[in-house]
Amino acid sequence: MSSHAATGHIDHHHDHTTTTGIPNKKLLWWAFLASDCMFFGALISTHLVYRLNPFPGNAIPTQVFNIELTSFSTFILLMSSLLMALAVNAIQHGNVKSTRTMLLGTMFFGCIFLGGQVYEFDHFVHAQKMTLSNSIFGSTFYTLTGTHGTHVAIGVLLLGMMYVRTFKPVTGGGLLKNIVHLAAVCVVMGVSFIWFVPDMIQAVYGASIGEMLSVHAKPYAIGAAALAAVFWFARTGGEVEFGEKNAIDVEAIGLYWHFVDIVWIIIFTAVYLLEYL
Amino acid sequence: MAEALVKHAFTGAGHPPAKATFDLMARPTAKTGLVSWLTTVDHKKIGMLYGGFAILFFLIGGLEALMIRTQLMVPNNRFISAQLYNELFTMHGTTMIFLAVMPLNAAFFNLLIPLQIGARDVAFPRLNSFSLWTWVVGAILLNVGWITHFVPAWNFGGAPDVGWFGYAPLTSKVFTPDMSTDLWVLGLQVLGLSSIVASLNFIVTIINLRAPGLTMMRLPVFTWMALVTSFLLILALPAIAIALVEVMMDRNFGTNFFEVSGGGQPILWQHLFWVFGHPEVYILILPPMGYVSEILPTFSRKPLFGYPIVVFSGVAIGFIGFGVWSHHMFTTGMGTVATAAFSIATMAIAVPTGVKIFNWIGTLWGGQISTRVPMMFALGFIWMFMLGGFSGVMHAAAPADAQQQDSYFVIAHFHYVLIGGATFALLAAIHFWFPKFFGRMVPELWGKISFWLIFAGFNCTFFPMHFLGLNGMPRRTWTYDSNMGWNEGNMFATWGAYLLGLGIFTYFAVLVWSFFKGKVCGNDPWDARTLEWSIPSPPPEHNFAAIPTVHARDAWWYEKTHKEEIAAEKAEHIKAEEAHGGIHMPDQSWYPLIAAFGLLVATYNFAQLRHPVEMFGNQVLSSHLPLAITGGVILVAALYLWALEGPAGYHLHIAPDGKITESRGGHH
Repeated sequence: MSSHAATGHIDHHHDHTTTTGIPNKKLLWWAFLASDCMFFGALISTHLVYRLNPFPGNAIPTQVFNIELTSFSTFILLMSSLLMALAVNAIQHGNVKSTRTMLLGTMFFGCIFLGGQVYEFDHFVHAQKMTLSNSIFGSTFYTLTGTHGTHVAIGVLLLGMMYVRTFKPVTGGGLLKNIVHLAAVCVVMGVSFIWFVPDMIQAVYGASIGEMLSVHAKPYAIGAAALAAVFWFARTGGEVEFGEKNAIDVEAIGLYWHFVDIVWIIIFTAVYLLEYL
Repeated sequence: MAEALVKHAFTGAGHPPAKATFDLMARPTAKTGLVSWLTTVDHKKIGMLYGGFAILFFLIGGLEALMIRTQLMVPNNRFISAQLYNELFTMHGTTMIFLAVMPLNAAFFNLLIPLQIGARDVAFPRLNSFSLWTWVVGAILLNVGWITHFVPAWNFGGAPDVGWFGYAPLTSKVFTPDMSTDLWVLGLQVLGLSSIVASLNFIVTIINLRAPGLTMMRLPVFTWMALVTSFLLILALPAIAIALVEVMMDRNFGTNFFEVSGGGQPILWQHLFWVFGHPEVYILILPPMGYVSEILPTFSRKPLFGYPIVVFSGVAIGFIGFGVWSHHMFTTGMGTVATAAFSIATMAIAVPTGVKIFNWIGTLWGGQISTRVPMMFALGFIWMFMLGGFSGVMHAAAPADAQQQDSYFVIAHFHYVLIGGATFALLAAIHFWFPKFFGRMVPELWGKISFWLIFAGFNCTFFPMHFLGLNGMPRRTWTYDSNMGWNEGNMFATWGAYLLGLGIFTYFAVLVWSFFKGKVCGNDPWDARTLEWSIPSPPPEHNFAAIPTVHARDAWWYEKTHKEEIAAEKAEHIKAEEAHGGIHMPDQSWYPLIAAFGLLVATYNFAQLRHPVEMFGNQVLSSHLPLAITGGVILVAALYLWALEGPAGYHLHIAPDGKITESRGGHH
C-alpha cells in the first residue's frame, strides 16, 4: 500500500481508502458493464429468436451484407481499443499530451467504425431495400446494431468530454471557450462519421471524390471550420489541472470502450459470421 | 417542514467556497431551505425526499384502489367509466410498484446503508442526487396523462391504460393510438435508469465503504438484502429496458417486433417483461425481509437466529428469482418441458423463503418479546406473507395455475405478498426508524390502533378475493352481472378496503402528529443492535464523529457492552482524522438536478415525437424532435459541467468539547 503524499507515486491498481482496495469508479463501471451485458443479451436474443423463426419474405442476410466492409470496420474498432489502452498508459505516467493524442485517435477510429455503419445502413436501405419495417430481420438487425452504434457514439462523446476536460487550467477562467471547444470536437466527429467516412468508402467503391465534395459541401465546410477550431483551441497554454491523478477517470472510460468492443465481437459473430456457415 | 427537518442537524458557519476555475455558478452551500433540498448530496436528505415522494404516491395509488373497489362494490355499477377503470388499474399497479414500494425501499437504502456500514455518505453523492431527480422525472411522465381528464386540450389520451405489464399487442399503435402508451414506455424507461444508477451507487457503497472490521458476514441483514436487491435491479432492468425500446420502435419507427403481420411474436414481450418482472417481485420483497430481520431481533432481545443461513437464503432467492419468470406464462402453451422446469424452479424458490421464515421464528423462540408497534407489523408480516406464499406455491403447480390464471385468486395472492408482505414490513420500518431520523417517538396506542385497522381491513379486503377468484371472477373486470354469485364477496371486500384506507390514513396522520408533537427521544430508543443507533437522532450531517471500528456482528450491542474500549478507540480515531485535515464532506451541486431537467425535456418531447408542437392553437413546429434534442443537449451540458466541477468539498473539525467548525481549502 503506497501513500501518494509520502512518495509522490500513485498506485493505479490499489486505492487504500476503500474497503476492497478497488477504486470506487472502477467498481461502478464494472457493475454497470454487468448490467449492460443484460441489455445486449436481451437484444441479441431477440435477434436470434426471430432469425431462427423466419417469416415468409424475410430478408436473406448473406445477400444483404457486405462482409468485407464490416470486417474492415470491425478491425478498426478492435484497433481503437489499442489506442484506448495507450491513452490509459500515458495518463498513468502523467503524460497529458500523449493522452490527448491517444484519446483523439480512439475517437477517430470509433468514428471510422460509425461511418462504416452509416454507409452500411444507407446501402442496405437504398440499394438492398431492407428497411426497419419491411422484414423482421430488418427490425432486429437495425435495432441491435443501431444500439451498439449508439454505445460507440456515446463512447466517442465521453472521450470527447475527457479530451476537452484535459485543457481545464489550474487557474483562470475560460469555461465558455472550453464549451465551444467541446462543441467543435462534437461537430468534427459528427461530420466525420455521418459524411466523411461514408463518402471515403464510396470513393473506395469508385465514386468520384470531387462530386461528393460538392454534394456535401456544406457539412464539409462546417466540419473543416470546426477542425480548425479544434486545432486552435489545442494550442497548449499554462498548467492544466488534469494529470496522473485522473488516470482512474480515463481507465473507467477505457473499461466501457473495451466492453463495447467485445460486444461487437459477439454481435459480429452472431449476426454476420454465422450467416456464412 | 424542510427547515424543521434539518434544524436538529448541524448547521455550520457556511463558508462560501473559494471561487474555483471554470465555475459557471457558485456552488450552493445552503444547509436549510429549498435550495439545500434541491442541491443536496446528503444521503439522509435524499432518503427523506425519496420517502416523501413515495408516501405521496402510495396515498395516490391507494385512492386509485379505493375508486376501483367502489366501482366493484355492487354489480352493474356505473360509478366510473370502463375507460377510466382501465386507467385506474393500470396506474394503481404501476404506481404502487414503481412509485411507492420501490422508492420507499430506495429511501431506506439511502437512509440506512451508510449508517449501518459506518460511512459518511454513499460512494457517489452527486450521482445519488441524480437518481432521485431522475426518478421524479419518471413519475411525472407516468402521471402527466391525468391532466387530460381536467384539461382536454392537453391531449395525452388520458393516463396509461394498458395494464401494468402492458402486454403486446395491446400496446401497438392499432389498439392504443394515443400518447398515453408512449408516455408509459418512456416513464418506465426513465424509472429504470434511475434505479440502475442508484443500484450501482449502493453496490459500490456496500462493497467499498464499509468501516474497518465490518466484514461481509458482519453486515446487517438489511444491508445484505439491499446489496442483493441492487444486483437484481442492475441485472433485471435491462430486460424491460430492451422490451420497452422494442415497443417504442414498433410505435414510432415501424419495426415489427410485436407486429404479427410483419413476422413479430407478441409472446416475446411476455418473456422479456417477466425476465424483468419476476426478479422485480424479489426486488420488492427482499428489502422488507431485511427490515424484518432487523426488527425481530431488537424486540426479541436476541441476535438473529441463523444469520449466515438468512443471508444465504436471500442470495439464493436472488439467484433462483432469475429462473422462474415463465410461471407467469403457464397458459401460453410453452410446451411440457418448459412448463415442468419452471414449475419445479418456482417450487424450489419457496425453500429459501421458508428457511427465512423458520429463522425468524427461531429468533422469536425463547426471546423476551415486547410487542411494540414495529414488532406488531413485523409479526403481521410473517403471518400474512406466509399466506401469500401458500397461494404462491399453489400457482407453481401448472395445472392449478391454469384455473387460477387472470382470476381474482391471483389478485388475492399478490396483494398478500405485496401488502401483507412488503407494505407491512415497510410500515414496520417507518415506525421503527422514525425516531432515528426525526428524533421523536410515535405514540404507541395510536400506532397499535392503526395496526389493527390495517390488519383487519387488509384481510377483509383480500381474503374474500380467494373465493371470488376460485368462483371465476376475472381480474381487470370493469363490472359484473348480479347473477354470478360474486355480489357478497365484492361488497365485503369493498368495505374492507375502506377500513384499510382508514387504517392507512390513521397511520400517516399519527406520523404527522408525531413529527411535531411526539416525545423527544435519544440515540437508541429501542435498545437496538446496529450502528445507526449509536449516533444522535436525527443524525448529524457527517453521521459519525469517528468512523467506528466493528468488532462483532451486532456492532452497536458490542459497543454498548464494551464502553471503555470503544470510547478510547473513538478518541483516537477523531485525533487521527483531524491530523489528516478533518472530516471530508462533499459539496452540494446543481448539476444533477439540471441534468434530470434536461432528461425530462428530452423524454417528454420524445414521447410525442410525431405530433406537431402547438401553442395557442397554432402549429409552431411540425414535430417534437427539436425540443427533444434541446433536452438532450441540456442533459449532456449538465453532465459535462458536473464532471468539470468535481466533487470538491470542505472539512469539518470536531473539538474535544464537541463543537464543530468548518474549513475549506487545504488538503484537497
